[in-house]
Amino acid sequence: MNRRAGWSWAALAALPIGFLAVFFVWPVAAIVGLGLTDGGVLATLSSGQIWPIAVFTIGQALASTAVALLAGLPVAFLLARCRLPGVGLARTLVLVPFVLPTVVVGLAFRVLLPDSQVLAIVLANAFFNVAVVARTVGGLWSHLDRRAEDAARVLGASRLRAFRVATLPALRPAITSAAAVVFLFCSTSFGVVLILGGARYRTLETEIYLRTTQLLDLPGAAALSLVQFAAVLAALVIGAASRRRRNATRAGERPGEKLSAAPDGARRPAGGEWWLVGAAVGTLVLLLVPIVALLARSLHTSDGWGITGYRALLTGDTEGTVAVSGLDAALNSLRTAADATVLAMVLGVLAAVVLVRLRRTGGARPVAETLDTALMLPLGVSAVTVGFGYLVTLHALPGDLRTSPLLVPFAQALVVTPLVVRIVLPVLGSIDDRLRQAAATLGAAPARVWREVDLAIALRSLVAAAGFGYVVALGEFGATSFLARPDAPTLPVVIAELLARPGEQHAQLAYAACALLMMLTGAVVIALDRLRIAGRAGGLGEF
Amino acid sequence: MLEIAGLTVRYGEFRAVSEVTLSVADGEVLALLGPSGCGKSTLLRAVAGLEAAQGAVRWDGAELSGVPVHRRGFGLVFQDGQLFPHRDVAGNIAFGLRMSGLARAERESRVAELLELVGLAGYGARGVRELSGGEQQRVALARALAPRPRLLLLDEPLSALDRMLRDQLAGELAELLRKTGSTALVVTHDHDEAATLADRVALLRAGRVVQTGAPEQVWCSPADEWAAGFLGCTAFLPARVRAGEASSVLGSFAVAGPDGPATLGLRPAGLRVAERGEVAGRVVGRTNRRDRVELSVRLDEKLGGHEVPAQSGVRTAPRLGEEVRLALDPDGVALVRP
Amino acid sequence: MLPKSRLLTSAVSLFAIGALTGCTLIGDTSQPESNTVTLVTHDSWAAPQQVLDEFERESGITIKVNKSGDAGELTNKLVLTKDNPIGDIAYGVDSTFASRALDEEVFATYRSPHANSGPQRYDLDEQHRLTAVDVGDVCVNIDTEFFAEAGLPEPENYRDLANPRYRDQLVVPDAATSSPGLAFLLGTIAEFGGGWAEYWGELKANGVQVVSGWEEAYGQEFSGSAEQGSRPIVVSYASSPAAEVSPDGSAPTRALPETCYRQVEYAGVLAGTPNTPAARTVLDFLLSEPFQRSVAESMYVYPARADVDLPESWAEVAPLPDKSSSLPAEQVQRNREQWVAQWRELVQE
Repeated sequence: MNRRAGWSWAALAALPIGFLAVFFVWPVAAIVGLGLTDGGVLATLSSGQIWPIAVFTIGQALASTAVALLAGLPVAFLLARCRLPGVGLARTLVLVPFVLPTVVVGLAFRVLLPDSQVLAIVLANAFFNVAVVARTVGGLWSHLDRRAEDAARVLGASRLRAFRVATLPALRPAITSAAAVVFLFCSTSFGVVLILGGARYRTLETEIYLRTTQLLDLPGAAALSLVQFAAVLAALVIGAASRRRRNATRAGERPGEKLSAAPDGARRPAGGEWWLVGAAVGTLVLLLVPIVALLARSLHTSDGWGITGYRALLTGDTEGTVAVSGLDAALNSLRTAADATVLAMVLGVLAAVVLVRLRRTGGARPVAETLDTALMLPLGVSAVTVGFGYLVTLHALPGDLRTSPLLVPFAQALVVTPLVVRIVLPVLGSIDDRLRQAAATLGAAPARVWREVDLAIALRSLVAAAGFGYVVALGEFGATSFLARPDAPTLPVVIAELLARPGEQHAQLAYAACALLMMLTGAVVIALDRLRIAGRAGGLGEF
Repeated sequence: MLEIAGLTVRYGEFRAVSEVTLSVADGEVLALLGPSGCGKSTLLRAVAGLEAAQGAVRWDGAELSGVPVHRRGFGLVFQDGQLFPHRDVAGNIAFGLRMSGLARAERESRVAELLELVGLAGYGARGVRELSGGEQQRVALARALAPRPRLLLLDEPLSALDRMLRDQLAGELAELLRKTGSTALVVTHDHDEAATLADRVALLRAGRVVQTGAPEQVWCSPADEWAAGFLGCTAFLPARVRAGEASSVLGSFAVAGPDGPATLGLRPAGLRVAERGEVAGRVVGRTNRRDRVELSVRLDEKLGGHEVPAQSGVRTAPRLGEEVRLALDPDGVALVRP
Repeated sequence: MLPKSRLLTSAVSLFAIGALTGCTLIGDTSQPESNTVTLVTHDSWAAPQQVLDEFERESGITIKVNKSGDAGELTNKLVLTKDNPIGDIAYGVDSTFASRALDEEVFATYRSPHANSGPQRYDLDEQHRLTAVDVGDVCVNIDTEFFAEAGLPEPENYRDLANPRYRDQLVVPDAATSSPGLAFLLGTIAEFGGGWAEYWGELKANGVQVVSGWEEAYGQEFSGSAEQGSRPIVVSYASSPAAEVSPDGSAPTRALPETCYRQVEYAGVLAGTPNTPAARTVLDFLLSEPFQRSVAESMYVYPARADVDLPESWAEVAPLPDKSSSLPAEQVQRNREQWVAQWRELVQE
């Protein structure tokens, strides 16, 4: 890399790093710093009550991650590998849980499992995150060349063994990525734990919330934040270390050789694969239960069935109880999510490009690992901490963003960007560098190489990442709820506000809004899949 | 004309390529020959501009160190093709033409021309993953040739293929290089391939050029015992050159060059089983090949009792332990001068 | 290669269309007008649009609403930003959190002309930095139908709740995570003084269920609300029965006036605002008759002004309790953390 190229890479990296610094590091450091200067941090750390909470936090996050992986992998297989009727529908369905407001899901799981709080927490967390596993792993899986697996089968390996020796190692980057994201989501899961854990089960996240918003015990919150930060960092570092070890053992392999550009590996399942399909269908049915219950609830009125909730939602005839009609809130949601997605795509793709480049530059690997980990941190740090951090910092920037409508998409982008990186990075990373070199020798300048090779090959996963990010932003509530929001609520916010009011009509409105959110999600996912299929049909035409 | 002068590529402390000086004349094909890890591919990549290097790479006298890869106008073919998986055959071949901004109609005719040239006429609309390995390499070659590169760089272009195909394709490739009048640098670890493709061979060892010369010259007169060993010699006997004749315990044959002591490097083809052979010995090992049998023969005690490689025809091959007579074939031996 | 670029183009154009038709906030260039007052409030804020429009027309002031969590979160945000306030006026700091805001000098002195028509009853400090806007009493609610059907007399006071006759019938929100939960705890402290812990021991023995929020307690567990849960006694608001009124005007639930704890919601002009005159006008508006009349139906609270009538149905099913208890703000401020911690240990055992 010559000096000029070095500078342009630094310029590319500057945007995501700068965003992370201004909208994450600075606010978090400021609010934790306030707590530290107040003193009393050590007292909280040594009080002993913090450690059981930390242990429970990690424990429930690990359990939730395990469940989400177990449930999500068969679904990933179904989405990536099976040509069966209804797979398209499943692709849509699996994303719906992601947008359901936590309060709604929390209430649903309370009904399902009234007596086992821990199990309910774990299952509810997993419920939200099956989509992360299915989509992240499924994305890479559909790009895997089936021939490696077939070759192993020809060599006499059983289907299971072929999966273990050929498929699993190739999928591992996506699996670890997904596991890391799910773990972070679960360890900072807030609404679910608050509702299902009651007074008994507390996590670092709910405790930070309590101390920050109710007690204004900033030293205590800072102490907890530091513990949370340390735990998340440790988990990420362990993950990165295991990734490095694996890479070392597989140094001889070229990941690119197994990668194909177009998902073509879908076919009818055979033999033992039906078990996987069965497991996937089982997961999907379980995902459906709360969704169907919600839909049923939205149609249920005090005297039988009806659509009064929907009517009130769509006409805005809500007797003055919510400031906006459902349609306005839906529009707010769509706009905010669009901004968040665009921002997150720009930041995430830039970061992924820089990361891929750094990883290929021998000496820069530690830098790459550090940046990679840093990008994930926003998922592992309390939304309350970030939200309150904004309050004490952002006024220093021109145009006081603290109360700007743009702060909501900014905060959402902080959550969506790591997801974009996790989806795009494995695909970009598995493109053989020699493809880029071939393009360069054929006369393509670096930017053109990127467009003709990286972008062209990763386009499908970019579209998938954008769609997934959009859906996440649509359903995002945690980061949004702790901001000082202007009165242009998104659907999840409206739902939470409606559920906080007494009376049959509000419950109906809330559940109708939930149904609207689900339908919106479904429409977005279906539209994106159309786009993908259009791309694929064209792609097939090429071949 | 390509000139490489004092070229060094470092990875940290390690020198992958060390002070290499070479040149390739217009229309000439130079093979970079050497065992794996000798730095030959790195050298090729440095010429392409893909590796940072010290020293000079010049084209027609113009220094290329400041010229980025995409402006060098050099075509590159990898061992495993590296075709763009998201493009069809025609899309791959047309890539470089698009980069140079050629109009669509001209692109299409050039692509058709190249498909014809590499024997894949009508394959334009196929997906690259439907192709066999040999077909993929032909497409890779066509892709590299399409923009009419000043220099073609071939990195082990045939070694991912199976033997039969490799032999066949080597012949085709050689013909193609001559037909297109290409100036080319070919990396290979196989002397057969080098001999088929190249006008001249540069033998590399640990990042340094050990010897350059015509393939037959390198084959018959390797620079040292290591080179002879790399070129298939498995046994060495002392020899002496006097008045245009090299002699050893195995007999003598005509050579050019000055008088003096030398070492005779032996390959299986250098000693053939013959009823009237001058040398006697006993078979202590044998390996069947497609069209011959390779033997290991222990020479008579009075000849020094050396164990030497030899070969015989398939039908007349001696058994293990059998006494045989061997005749020297000067084309199969190498003479190493100190 | 064409379809690829078409895919990209359609993705890009999809967003472009979205941006053009206003499907993004970035295109939104509506600048706040000079005469805009930012009202920082809690998430429960709601007001009829026509009342707001009317005010804007008369005063020329536009109110920009900024929702900032529940009463506690709101207060803490105001404290953290007191040097660089995020608005001009705040509404929603309640009696539980008020003393923190006053100690931290978040608010500036202002006495509204309407302040003597009722709000003065809830004054906290001589400097008049906070003015009461409304009161929302937290009371035990019961499902009257349940008791009629079961042939049980309805409970009336705190003592009854510990009566084995009402075993496993009470559900309360967590005092640590829910504001009505905390109010109920404060109510029991006001009632029993030092004996509150003992009383909670009895409640526990009598099968009280603690859930994390009001949504779960009232919305899910209570048998008298839409979800028709299993517990006929719940901690909610004095106003809740008004929301359950059926078309024939009868209410299936009732608040117990002897179990009420008064929460007062205050408004005040933020100390750091550069926009004091307009902010004061907005505070006057919050105490104006049209707004005071709207709070009952919009936010389920009672107007602070004494001369504003409640909606008709409220007078019947949800009158303002007349003997609600309350604790001095500074006592709450001083002891809350310790009370809540002690309460948690009690109910968790």
